[in-house]
Amino acid sequence: MLSFFKRKTYPKYFKKYLNSFKNKKPKSINKTRFVVFDTETTGLDTNTDRILSIGAIAINNGIIDVADSFEIYLKQDQFNADTVEIHGILKEGNIEKISEEKAIEHFINYLKNAVLIAHHAAFDVKMINSILKRMNLQKLKNKSIDTGILYKKLEGKQNDHFSLDKLCEEFNIPLHDRHTASGDAYITAILFLKIISKLKQQRLLHYSDLFRTNNSKGLL
Amino acid sequence: MKNTIAERIFDFLKNFPPFNILEKEQLFKIATHVKVHYIEQDKSVFTQNENPHNEFYIVKDGAIGLYRTMDNDNILVDICDEGDLFGLRPIIQNNQYLMSAVANEESILYAISVELLKEIIDSNEKVKKFIVASFSTNIKTPYAKTNNGQLFANEDVLNKNNAGISDVQTAQYSKNPITCTKAYTIQQAAEVMSVKRVGSILITENNKPIGIITDKDLRLKIATGLISIKEKVTTIMSSPVITCHKKITVAEAQINMLKHKITHLCITEDGTPNSNLKGILSEHDIVVLHGNNPSVLIKELKRAKNVDTLKYIREKTSKLLSGYMEQNIPIRFVSNIISEINEAITIKAIKLSIEEMETEPPVKFTWLALGSQGRKEQLLITDQDNALVFENVNPKDYDFTKNYFLQLAKKITNKLHIIGFENCPADMMGSNPRWCISLNQWKEQFNTWITKPTEEAIMMCTIFFDYSLVYGNVELVDEMSESIFESIDNYEIFLNFLGRNALRNPPPLGFFRQFLVEHDGEHKDQFDLKSRALMPLIDAARLLTLSVNHKNKNNTIERFKEMAKAEPQNKYLYEMCIDSFKILLRFRTNQGLKNNNSGRYVDLNNLSKSEKLKLKGCFKPIKDIQELISVRFKLNQIGM
Repeated sequence: MLSFFKRKTYPKYFKKYLNSFKNKKPKSINKTRFVVFDTETTGLDTNTDRILSIGAIAINNGIIDVADSFEIYLKQDQFNADTVEIHGILKEGNIEKISEEKAIEHFINYLKNAVLIAHHAAFDVKMINSILKRMNLQKLKNKSIDTGILYKKLEGKQNDHFSLDKLCEEFNIPLHDRHTASGDAYITAILFLKIISKLKQQRLLHYSDLFRTNNSKGLL
Repeated sequence: MKNTIAERIFDFLKNFPPFNILEKEQLFKIATHVKVHYIEQDKSVFTQNENPHNEFYIVKDGAIGLYRTMDNDNILVDICDEGDLFGLRPIIQNNQYLMSAVANEESILYAISVELLKEIIDSNEKVKKFIVASFSTNIKTPYAKTNNGQLFANEDVLNKNNAGISDVQTAQYSKNPITCTKAYTIQQAAEVMSVKRVGSILITENNKPIGIITDKDLRLKIATGLISIKEKVTTIMSSPVITCHKKITVAEAQINMLKHKITHLCITEDGTPNSNLKGILSEHDIVVLHGNNPSVLIKELKRAKNVDTLKYIREKTSKLLSGYMEQNIPIRFVSNIISEINEAITIKAIKLSIEEMETEPPVKFTWLALGSQGRKEQLLITDQDNALVFENVNPKDYDFTKNYFLQLAKKITNKLHIIGFENCPADMMGSNPRWCISLNQWKEQFNTWITKPTEEAIMMCTIFFDYSLVYGNVELVDEMSESIFESIDNYEIFLNFLGRNALRNPPPLGFFRQFLVEHDGEHKDQFDLKSRALMPLIDAARLLTLSVNHKNKNNTIERFKEMAKAEPQNKYLYEMCIDSFKILLRFRTNQGLKNNNSGRYVDLNNLSKSEKLKLKGCFKPIKDIQELISVRFKLNQIGM
């Protein structure tokens, strides 16, 4: 019912975004554009906390494409001094910052209909969706993959929580620029490629396998 | 817009040639367009005969093996690891890959667009040269990073450093002078000087020098009991201080000190006592500087009256050498200076020896330096290799003449030995009756070596051909040289023998994982830098210049330069050889200085990654030049 009161006319960029999902293309891992992303936030509450920066990088044809990457810093209304030491983003810093609305427009234009990848993706997707909600826009339509869950599929594990640091150690990935959105996105992209290659060694891997949760029988 | 990932890639690439010489903007553009490939172990990047990709690769992590399949053999040509480039073929020639690239372990590669690099190549000659060189046999980096970041070093560095240290050079002063305020007691100031191990302390007020206390003040005014150490520093300090500008030259500083009868000058911002203190220049700093001045060493040599002085000067020369190496002064310049000094030392030793003889030499003679000294490539003090030629005499005078020169030569070689030039273990010295002979005998000797090129004869040639006159009559040497070239012209096959000799040490491949090391003896498991890296280049240069009748050059770098002029079609290769030779010579010198030995044998375990990379890059030109020699002298056809 509420949707009735929502804006019926979305901004042009958002319409274009929604339209990009209409063409159903054949789905294969190689032909899919993946966007690996990460957000730095003022905290962990997806309702009250805010995104400070978004970093993303695309994987096309199994190759990480630096030219197809995204990095943006948001103006902050909310400021939480406690997390500054983690992400290092000050309220007034030297880095060029833009408004939440502008940031979302850039991000949506960049993202298009790609498949999202993030470590503990649910959180980052919710953070983006909160902004969309504040802007009276629809939630993200993109499919998403959580590298944490993907790893559990590989190892056949159920309930453990695997931090990005822990997985990087296991997969021998050097930790550069950890706790910057772009740095974490890049690390996650490498992690994704490594997990995929391990999964392929185990079994024939289909596009659809990527999206099943660890509760699904699909891969187990 | 900030681009953290590209910045990180930029930071990686800038450590490796050719990226290190690109403009910042050029490299950043490349970094923002990198594609990152993850290659699982045993998966290939490309395969032999595959059509070229529109990108080439640099290894970020892991190791990529390059394999060439011929008939049924799959030959490992090289292993690329961190920082190595491969898959360059599309840049040069857009045809199929000649090798397969397979991940020896899981690897991360940065792929760089060929188009992007081509744009840069067109605008940057050095990059082009590098790429062509890298390409000519697969990968490898002929220019490698030196430890302090001077890349592509040589010529450029020359401009930056004050190559010749002279009296007009700006004086180097101590930039962190020890200071105290005027509230200090003399005792406190003395304690500071003692802790900091300095001979002077400046008293400052608002960072401006108002006085100075030196060891001498403490000696004269305190130790004598004239003044109590409880007094304030102001009671004994010399004030005002003499100040000067930081651009003061050595000569000006000396004059200032003499004029004011002082031993320390304060360096201030604008040269007056009213500006901020920048440093202090002591008489000692100037003495040290002069002690490391080659022109002073040569002057001292001329005044030297005995062997001990020569020995002392030779030791100072070693210090000069390590200073030059630290400053990364071009190796060609360094070897010139060191050779000059070595030569001057030898000349003085000869003159002193002649004075000790009861009579003047009965006939004209010439003292020759052989081997590395003859080529003026001797940096570290190594064995002496020398010979003596005397004028032809009547048979009846021969014995007397020979005896005279043998005696003289013994005196000379003994002195050189005392100075620090070890005797040659193979006794290739003027004091050996075999190598102290008349001009005609030398001509005959060379002719025999050339026309009967046994293995030993060829070995002798490689040493005796690189002679240079140190002392004595130049006509004797010229006549000997002419005779040698005549013999070679009459017996051209000799060059093929020399060629075969030049190929006896092929360059090691797969340098990283399976470095060729000595298998037995004292130097087991060490790499023989001299015979496996330097000698092949030296031998090649000698052979090639002989074959094109360029007779007057006997220095390896100059020989290759001559060849580059004579054969423009091979210019790149010869230039690569020069670069390799310079890098290797510098490397050997540094090794020798570090380990206080000849630097000949290298323990691979003690090398850093960048040192290994650097060494590795030097082997490609060696391989190439040996191939050229093999073809040119048809060495695979004469069935030897």
